[in-house]
Amino acid sequence: MAAAIDRDRLRELVARGAQLVEVLPAEEFREDHLPGAASIPLQDLDRDSAARLDPHRAVIVYCWDAA
Amino acid sequence: MSPRAAARLKQFDFTEVYEYRAGKLDWMAAGLATEGENAARPRAGTVARTDVPICGVDDRLGDVRERTQAAGWDVAVVTNASRVVVGMLRAQELAGDADVLVERAMRPGPSTFRPYVPIKEMADYMSEHKLDSSPITTSDGSLAGVLFRADAVREAEGCPDCVRKMI
Repeated sequence: MAAAIDRDRLRELVARGAQLVEVLPAEEFREDHLPGAASIPLQDLDRDSAARLDPHRAVIVYCWDAA
Repeated sequence: MSPRAAARLKQFDFTEVYEYRAGKLDWMAAGLATEGENAARPRAGTVARTDVPICGVDDRLGDVRERTQAAGWDVAVVTNASRVVVGMLRAQELAGDADVLVERAMRPGPSTFRPYVPIKEMADYMSEHKLDSSPITTSDGSLAGVLFRADAVREAEGCPDCVRKMI
């Protein structure tokens, strides 16, 4: 299971090179996303789309909220 | 959604995967910058006035009234030591007995809104509910500023509605 992090930890990890990935639909990503985030909607997340990410660096995934 | 995405990445042999479960809502509620089509559009937090007079519950109403009027305001926000909003003093409350404490005079628990709400939505909401002004607070309840309906309506002119309703 992936570790849950808060906002402060997210900023620390990003400062150290972590990759941010928004998994919401692309339309919502276009409206607003965290600075530097990549868009990979959950329904499009497969080995091919994940290949855009560096597997040797940390990855942080997020959506709209915890619901 | 993010737990499922994290699980999938683990299946794809990513070894260091984290979930920011509080998500974009938490980020935006803290008033932090975003990127995207909405980033340059006015929002509650960018239109709100930040120099609003603040006071504590133990202040004397007459003193607060003097400070508020001297600063050219007709509203003051009551906060605790951490700037968490606990009440409002609008013109009606500010006109009260000078010797009572703010605790007794304030209107407690005002409706607050988050900085990320698009200004068009704020303008519509404030007009519909006849709100002249509203405190804008971050997710921890801290005061970010006060949004006036007149400012919101003016800024909203020409702004398109956003896909997602925020209020």
